Amino acid sequence: MTKFTPFSSRLVPLPIDNIDTDQIIPARFLKTISKDGLGDQLFYDWRYDAEGRPKPDFILNTPRAKGCRILLAGGNFGCGSSREHAPWALTQFGFRAVISTSFADIFKQNALKNSLLPIVVPKDVHAELFALPEDAEVQVDLASETITLPGGKQTRFPVDSFARQCLLEGVDELGYILLQEAAIAVYESKRTGSINTLRPAAG
Amino acid sequence: MTQPRTIIEKIWDSHVVTEQPGAPALLYIDLHLVHEVTSPQAFEGLRRRGLKVRRPDLTLATTDHSIPTIDWSLPIADPVAAKQVAQLEANCAEFGIVCHGMKSEGQGVIHVMGPESGATQPGMTVVCGDSHTATHGAFGALAFGIGTSEVENVLATQCLLQRKPLTYQVAVDGRLGRGVSAKDIILALIAKIGTGGGTGCVFEYCGSAIRALSMEERMTVCNMSIEAGARAGLVAPDDTTFQFVKGRLYAPQGADWDAAVARWKKLPTDEGATYDRKVSLDVSALEPMITYGTSPGMGMPVTALVPDPAQAKDAQERDSIAKALHYMDLQPGKPLLGHPIQVVFIGSCTNGRLRDLQDAARVLKGRKVKPGVRALIVPGSQEVKRLAEAEGLDKIFLEAGAEWRQSGCSMCIAMNGDMLRPGEYSVSTSNRNFEGRQGPGGRTLLASPLTAAACAVTGVVTDARTLL
Ligand code: SF4
Repeated sequence: MTKFTPFSSRLVPLPIDNIDTDQIIPARFLKTISKDGLGDQLFYDWRYDAEGRPKPDFILNTPRAKGCRILLAGGNFGCGSSREHAPWALTQFGFRAVISTSFADIFKQNALKNSLLPIVVPKDVHAELFALPEDAEVQVDLASETITLPGGKQTRFPVDSFARQCLLEGVDELGYILLQEAAIAVYESKRTGSINTLRPAAG
Repeated sequence: MTQPRTIIEKIWDSHVVTEQPGAPALLYIDLHLVHEVTSPQAFEGLRRRGLKVRRPDLTLATTDHSIPTIDWSLPIADPVAAKQVAQLEANCAEFGIVCHGMKSEGQGVIHVMGPESGATQPGMTVVCGDSHTATHGAFGALAFGIGTSEVENVLATQCLLQRKPLTYQVAVDGRLGRGVSAKDIILALIAKIGTGGGTGCVFEYCGSAIRALSMEERMTVCNMSIEAGARAGLVAPDDTTFQFVKGRLYAPQGADWDAAVARWKKLPTDEGATYDRKVSLDVSALEPMITYGTSPGMGMPVTALVPDPAQAKDAQERDSIAKALHYMDLQPGKPLLGHPIQVVFIGSCTNGRLRDLQDAARVLKGRKVKPGVRALIVPGSQEVKRLAEAEGLDKIFLEAGAEWRQSGCSMCIAMNGDMLRPGEYSVSTSNRNFEGRQGPGGRTLLASPLTAAACAVTGVVTDARTLL
């Protein structure tokens, strides 16, 4: 993981509530055993027609989306399946943050583990962001947990302190958990007998 | 005296390995279920770091999502799916994990297979790279879905970093009427509290209506907790639970069994314990439910009229209903009853168990699937298939003109070629009616097995009570 640094970007607005992970990346693309190539399949059924041609009016296919790092979405973003392919597809497309009024739990966890920042803003700020002109840039600073609108208005977005530290330092959770090995071993020894191992019952 | 605690807190407390300042709790996982779709990148991660699976004896795998549900003597036709399935088998062999794959009698949709093998037990923490892991909560386990990075964490360390969830009491009381089932309870709950209603919470389902449910029905309810935004939902264990687990493949035996039951009996929520949130639902007057839109929260009694976006409570709700009705090509203010459908899917981890197939058979027995309607009946596991065939349910389905398949996820997620054609309507016993979930352009109406079977007979949306 690379360190999460401040950046600014224009917004790609997708004013739809309850965007589920089946829309972000349809299930038929989950047969892959790697993480590659998912960016091209992001929002596939909204983005391409039945023949696989890009739909010119879908926002991701417009010149406006080019180079954008922030997706501005409706409420309850990322509901549905736990597929981590959703943040993989979003980051491969180039997104580094998604702004919404709320995120589904599993999506939020998955995003944070892939340097994709889920930014929760209050409803009024959300509306204000949607009303911004196309070329407006928003600054994102994780260290201070703030986004800054073009006029200088700042809004704080809370991020889990541990996840924030991991993102800023560019380290992943597994490294941290592996350091707890001694505690895990002690825990297991205390629970001998009450951890059910998958040994089939004899006869 | 210790503070009274909910079952959720009891399970949580007994699984915290350590809690370091500034970090989430390190939570021990008792059972890790694995399937072919969300695991390959995790195993690859282990290899890259040179790590082993810490507890292969607490890890259980199956193939369910990508596999065909037709003739299993043939090789998998889709090369990408074949590779994914082979990869899981190779990973399990390499890391020493038991895999109930297509060659095993124990194969099944992961959330059907886990409980029926006795692997799922009260008081456990259970995870799987799959959002419907909530199903296992029916046993009084804290069971939730995780992403692939977390799958890798659990494989390597048997632990997860977690913040303590909020507790949410869902009290369901009253007696279900004829033709009304567990699926209708959960669809009604989601319609009531919304798809984000349980975000950040774990549900505890309680009340007389929940106590009266069988384990299979409790699994149907817990399964769809995620559709209300909750990561997990559980039911305190009781004699119904113990009887279900007893004697199963991985269940404790002899003295171990007695010790386990003694532990499990201490799990239910203490008198006087408090919850962060509460909701109650009286199901005495509940009718069979069906969804009309593209989110599981867009549900209504099958006899009701499709809602009018103009009457929505705010602009956001108006837009989402309007967008959903446009996708579904349904008219506001009109009844759904009598609306033609083309496909019926009975199966999935929500409603692919024996009890569900028995319900479908009650309706289909001696009747025919309407010409022009395709009815797929997909058992949730090989065990369900064997039990159903032993009762002759397969004959009832085949005589009615339905398809009787091998077990798997099939048209619940449409990864394996079982899918709707654009524009088709299906009545499905699965859990998600998202756009394209059952195939691009397909339109899904979620309902119970009774309702789905009734619609298969008539070819239109039907109140199953008229056929019982
Ligand atoms: S049956 Fe459907 S919901 Fe259940 S595990 Fe399979 S794909 Fe997921």
